[in-house]
Amino acid sequence: MTKTDLMVKELVDKYGNKRESLLPILQGVYDLEHFVSDEAMVSIARNLDLSSADVYGKSTFYSFLDTIPRGKFVIRVCKTIVCDMHDKNQIVDTLENILKIKVGETTLNRKFSLLYTNCLGWCHKGPAMLVNDDVYTDLTPESIREIITDYKNRE
Amino acid sequence: MQERLKRLDVILGIHPESPYQVMEKALKRAPKDIISDLIDSGLKGRGGAGFLTGLKWKFAAAAEGDEKFVVCNADEGEPGTFKDREILTIVPKKVLAGMGICAYVIGAKKGYIYLRGEYKYLVPHLEREIAEFHKNCFKLELDFNVEVFLGSGAYVCGEETALLNSMEGFRGEPRNKPPFPTNNGYLGKPTVVNNVETLVSAQVVSRIGVEEFKKLGIQDSHGSKLFSVSGDTPRPGIYDLEFGLSLEEFVREFGDGDTKAVQVGGASGFCVPRKKFQSTTIGFPGGLTGDSLPTGGSMMIFNSSRSMYNVLRNYLDFFEEESCGQCTPCRIGCQQLKVGIEAVKRGDKDPEYLQQLLKLTDTMKITAKCGLGQSVANSFSSIVDNFREEMIY
Ligand code: SF4
Ligand code: FES
Repeated sequence: MTKTDLMVKELVDKYGNKRESLLPILQGVYDLEHFVSDEAMVSIARNLDLSSADVYGKSTFYSFLDTIPRGKFVIRVCKTIVCDMHDKNQIVDTLENILKIKVGETTLNRKFSLLYTNCLGWCHKGPAMLVNDDVYTDLTPESIREIITDYKNRE
Repeated sequence: MQERLKRLDVILGIHPESPYQVMEKALKRAPKDIISDLIDSGLKGRGGAGFLTGLKWKFAAAAEGDEKFVVCNADEGEPGTFKDREILTIVPKKVLAGMGICAYVIGAKKGYIYLRGEYKYLVPHLEREIAEFHKNCFKLELDFNVEVFLGSGAYVCGEETALLNSMEGFRGEPRNKPPFPTNNGYLGKPTVVNNVETLVSAQVVSRIGVEEFKKLGIQDSHGSKLFSVSGDTPRPGIYDLEFGLSLEEFVREFGDGDTKAVQVGGASGFCVPRKKFQSTTIGFPGGLTGDSLPTGGSMMIFNSSRSMYNVLRNYLDFFEEESCGQCTPCRIGCQQLKVGIEAVKRGDKDPEYLQQLLKLTDTMKITAKCGLGQSVANSFSSIVDNFREEMIY
């Protein structure tokens, strides 16, 4: 069994092999590998008795289940109207400067990806962003520097 | 007038009777009495369509099925809305008690909270609450089990049938209605899908009774409603207000003195310019509901420094990305509207072209399959009609 097959098997054991388990399994893969690989999709398809095209169609439907490799820490900055009004551009500029990548890209050491996302439900405290599952609000260029330094020090 | 702007704290407040005591009391009554109370209370879903909650429960209770489900829709994604997150953070017991009462009424043994992926950090908190809830169910001999189901960043899953598809492992695309989920929902079984706030309100009806509930709000729009206030305001946040508030009163309270427009109901709602503040009230009857597709109560305030062209372009960007792409009017329409206003702004198209775009939104309204595509017309036409010069120059 390959490493991917083992990972998928563990998730299938946990969530079950019914179609209803598909999204939780895809999310589990994403949490572990920071993207959903072709290999993982094929393995899931086999386990759930679905076509791999079917699994691919589900995975690509959701903006949080990228099918291209992402960094260990995925930063998603809200670009919807209220955060936009509250200077999200300045936040994105700061992030691009610190990480030396553009939105949509991943750092060479695979530690950070920088992406846009839609309204995060923190509009009263915008600008807001997610780093993986953690929420950061009331962002300023200064707070961004601190947050990123903190993540840089994490393994 | 001013006293209409009451801070009710019906939804988020703490009351002498705990939510699980309210549930205990409800469980001693006959399901049909709870249903008729809910119908009499006039409670309408806080999730958008404004359907009578009592009727939904009634249909699901009457539906044939060996298994039934209660689903709490916590896929809050409408721009400018954050009240469901606050409710789940501050008063999760009220939500769970609402689900418990619903389960008892319709005869469901299994419930789900469909939580948007953006709120994943809430899962440990919710799971602790659910464990405590299960203990209470056990004590009350209610055979009901709740689980969290996590979304993965798709706004359209707030539409109830898209949400069910997503749970079943299909693409989160809206289904044709009928059949309605109350007969043919999760896994084809009778299912009640209620918004977070609706479940809390159903619990409020059980707590204070129909008469007290009807005293809140105005004719046809009973109860209170949480509003998410953001944008150009010195007081952004969540407010529990009564229906029937005029925008004039609202802006006096929440504006920064320089308010040019208020977007009621998020990107899929309506943009109201200053000259219409007085004549616009918030509530179901006025046409403006303060509610929208996946959730409701979004109030975004724009002051005079804001370009309404940028606002509209931002919305269209949102819709273009979040359209599930299943039907052509919405998939292509959203793209064309965006390209269209950009062309007018650049001067590549005559201002008259805006009329054609408005016609396109009319078409989308009648031909799009779900609320997402149908409601693009709301913000588009209210912004283009009221701020035409800003679209052109
Ligand atoms: S209107 Fe838009 S979101 Fe709704 S089903 Fe059609 S394409 Fe999908
Ligand atoms: S607009 Fe950014 S969190 Fe809502």
